[in-house]
Amino acid sequence: MKGDFFEMKMKKTLLTTLALAFAFSLAACGNNDNNSNAGSNNSSSGAAVSGQVIAVGSSALQPLAQGVADKFMAEDAYKNVSVTVQAGGSGTGLSQVSDGQADIGNSDIFAEEKLDADKSAELIDHKVAVVAMAAVVHKDVGVDNLTKQQLVDIFTGKATNWKDVGGADQAIVIVNRPSSSGTRATFEAFALGTKTEDLQGSIQEDSSGTVKKLVAETPGAIGYLALSYLDDSIVALNYEGVEPTTDNVTTNAYPVWAYEHMYTKGEPSAAAKAYLDYIMSDAVQNGDVVEQGFVPVSSMKVDRDAEGNVTNK
Amino acid sequence: MRAKTVDRIATAIIICVAGFIMLVLAALLGYLLVRGLKHISFDFLTSAPQAIKVGGGIGPQLFNSLFLLVLTMIITVPLGIGAGIYMSEYAKDNKLTAFIRLIVEVLSSFPSIVIGLFGLLVIVNTFGFGYSLLSGALALTVFNLPMMVRLTEQSLRNVPKEQKEAGLALGLSRWKTISSIMIPVALPSIVTGSILAAGRVFGEAAALLFTAGMSSPRLDFTNWNPLSPTSPLNPMRPAETLAVHIWKINSEGLAPDAPEIAAGASAVLVIMVLLFNLGARWFGRVVYRKLTASK
Amino acid sequence: MNLPVTNKQGGPPGKSGKWGKHVIEEARGRAFVYFCVLLMVVTIFSIVFFIASRGLTPFISQGVSVKDMLFGLKWKPEGNPPLFGALPFLFGSFVTSVLAALIAAPLGFCASIFMTEIMPKFGRTALQPAIELLAGIPSVVYGFVGLSVVVPFLRDVFPGQGIGILAGAIVLSVMILPTVTTIGTDALRSLPSGLKEGSYALGATRWQTIYRLILPTALPSLLTGVVLGIARAFGEALAVQMVIGNAPHIPRSLFESATTLTSIITLEMGNTTSGSLHNNALWSLALILLLMTFLFVFVVRMLERRVKR
Repeated sequence: MKGDFFEMKMKKTLLTTLALAFAFSLAACGNNDNNSNAGSNNSSSGAAVSGQVIAVGSSALQPLAQGVADKFMAEDAYKNVSVTVQAGGSGTGLSQVSDGQADIGNSDIFAEEKLDADKSAELIDHKVAVVAMAAVVHKDVGVDNLTKQQLVDIFTGKATNWKDVGGADQAIVIVNRPSSSGTRATFEAFALGTKTEDLQGSIQEDSSGTVKKLVAETPGAIGYLALSYLDDSIVALNYEGVEPTTDNVTTNAYPVWAYEHMYTKGEPSAAAKAYLDYIMSDAVQNGDVVEQGFVPVSSMKVDRDAEGNVTNK
Repeated sequence: MRAKTVDRIATAIIICVAGFIMLVLAALLGYLLVRGLKHISFDFLTSAPQAIKVGGGIGPQLFNSLFLLVLTMIITVPLGIGAGIYMSEYAKDNKLTAFIRLIVEVLSSFPSIVIGLFGLLVIVNTFGFGYSLLSGALALTVFNLPMMVRLTEQSLRNVPKEQKEAGLALGLSRWKTISSIMIPVALPSIVTGSILAAGRVFGEAAALLFTAGMSSPRLDFTNWNPLSPTSPLNPMRPAETLAVHIWKINSEGLAPDAPEIAAGASAVLVIMVLLFNLGARWFGRVVYRKLTASK
Repeated sequence: MNLPVTNKQGGPPGKSGKWGKHVIEEARGRAFVYFCVLLMVVTIFSIVFFIASRGLTPFISQGVSVKDMLFGLKWKPEGNPPLFGALPFLFGSFVTSVLAALIAAPLGFCASIFMTEIMPKFGRTALQPAIELLAGIPSVVYGFVGLSVVVPFLRDVFPGQGIGILAGAIVLSVMILPTVTTIGTDALRSLPSGLKEGSYALGATRWQTIYRLILPTALPSLLTGVVLGIARAFGEALAVQMVIGNAPHIPRSLFESATTLTSIITLEMGNTTSGSLHNNALWSLALILLLMTFLFVFVVRMLERRVKR
């Protein structure tokens, strides 16, 4: 009897598995349907928007995108829209939006820098915020300003001791980003003006948290962080005598900044468009964007293109 | 005399080393718990994480970890038991069996990051499951399966031969003998083993970064319709587990209390693993006692 | 209990029914187990196939030579021309995992001997559960502790930044200790007791017995544990990445930033777009990891064959 009972149970488990598998596939199909229908349904009716938006990419942009998404979905008009924000890196974001697996690809850098020309041409760029970064050092190095040349010397290994750049007698420890990182690309393009190699003995970390921890704890360390990560545990340096502040960024007086991009493949679906519009709304730009340490795009007094050319607005 | 002195010294050294290992473990646990326990409160365990403000919790992550565990086990256990039955009862002693045995061994030693990348390439992208709980569960199945297979095989082999023969002598089919006689006898050790295997799911992060994803969409804990995207039960939603959450707040955490949250979450994770270990032992004993005493 | 069953089975009526039921039952059971096994076989082949399909692309169609990757010293994927020398990663992975095994092996052997020869009861009730618990602690937590405790400690005691191969090896050694110990203990327990008793009867001390008899006899099994430990250390990703520093160079000392195969993959995979040469090169590294797994399994099998003999 007991055996029969067990077998029954096993059958049940099997059945449950099958049922679940079925439910999964249904769910998967359902999602796809939602996706494809969303656009057509809503553009015609113009009433409440519905559908699903998947945004994948930059881990630096993820907290902002997620925070805004939560607010967005809480609004009455958009309660039928589901926005999913996923970290995974700018590269992943760009490839997924280009291959159509994601609706929005979040990226720290221009798509042109990562994707082939024909692929990036299909993508539409939505610049949702500006991120500025500052060189940061350990408290005891005795420096609060570095020129471009000094930074280049440090990151190319010409200067190996802080006294070479006017600081304490302390060996320099570089806490860099991996060579594929968007943050590093920005820092190299606008602070150093040159590509650098990973030096022997330098540290490469992809995550801002780890960089901050290492710079704060390692004597003689230098790294760079987005402004949102700055606090008392580390010292943010002036660049060529200019302080890294929002005001200086908006005028490009402090040039180490980059756009945060949300790419869509072709025109966005109604749901994605609603979400993008919501991010660009003044309430969000002056609210969440500022709160999370980004600079609102609307406050920028200059434009910058993929080649780095700056024009006044 | 000299041999005896050497013997004593050697014994002392071995005891010291054993003591040292206990010490390392105690220090490790102590460090994690002391730093973490003071941040654990009901609120911490149930509230949602905060991106930039103080006071975020780990509620959804805890739920995701448990739910992912259940999903993984639902897929792993039947498959593992099935393959284990094959290995112990149906497999003939030939090249094919040796080959399958090799496969189980190789599968169990794959690095979790390789499984994660495979999951990203095949489950997430090619199958189009996206970053989701289901993708995560399937990836975890890949490396829990060999463990389950071995476990089932060993447990079945430990079933006394007489019981199996009695079943066959009664004219039961082989499958019936296995499912109604041998499996119930082997059940306690299978269950104990699966709980231990389940504990591994709890701590895995590398494979999940690439499959279940690193973000947790807003969950509506009043919505239990598995097809709705905000429902906690929807297996197609991306989900960040506790281990991944620790990884993420260590790396990108913007909240001012991120180190405290990481410490608290680590403590919770360790406590869960502890509970799993103790639970497995306790359960194994209880089942064993029940089976041996009542029948 | 049995009677109704025998009646049903042995009774003359319903011959076809009886056979039908049995055969169907058996066939269904068989189908289920065959399906499970087949699924496993398909899984492993698809893992190898998919990773190889990506990982071989740089060699086949993107002009990277296998030799350059395996023996090249420069990893400059964004350079012009891009260079994909993975030797520093191979070096880092090997040195870190072997060093971790060198730390863990003596500790593990001592623990095994302690549990089997010196204090079996205390060992079984306290040390063994403790060591199994070490195996249960998630690797992320190990990395976190490594970064908060091991790295600052090494930074204060030794020259350098604390980060590097030694930090990675220490963290890994704790992680693989359970593997080494558990397999070692099983091996020592399964030795025939006559062996030991004979030695004691001859007047040998405990240490002489352990050193001259038990260790040599159990050596292949102990080594199996060590190899499995190395294999695990080789594949560990997150904990190592947090403490090793990730500079793509062969370090000049144990306290200088280095990289392993796994850490470079986790570090760069998300930043590259799929299909790009850089991304495919990372898949090649994953393929190397995969091949290493085969190698480790092969070595373990060789050792096990020696045990059987």
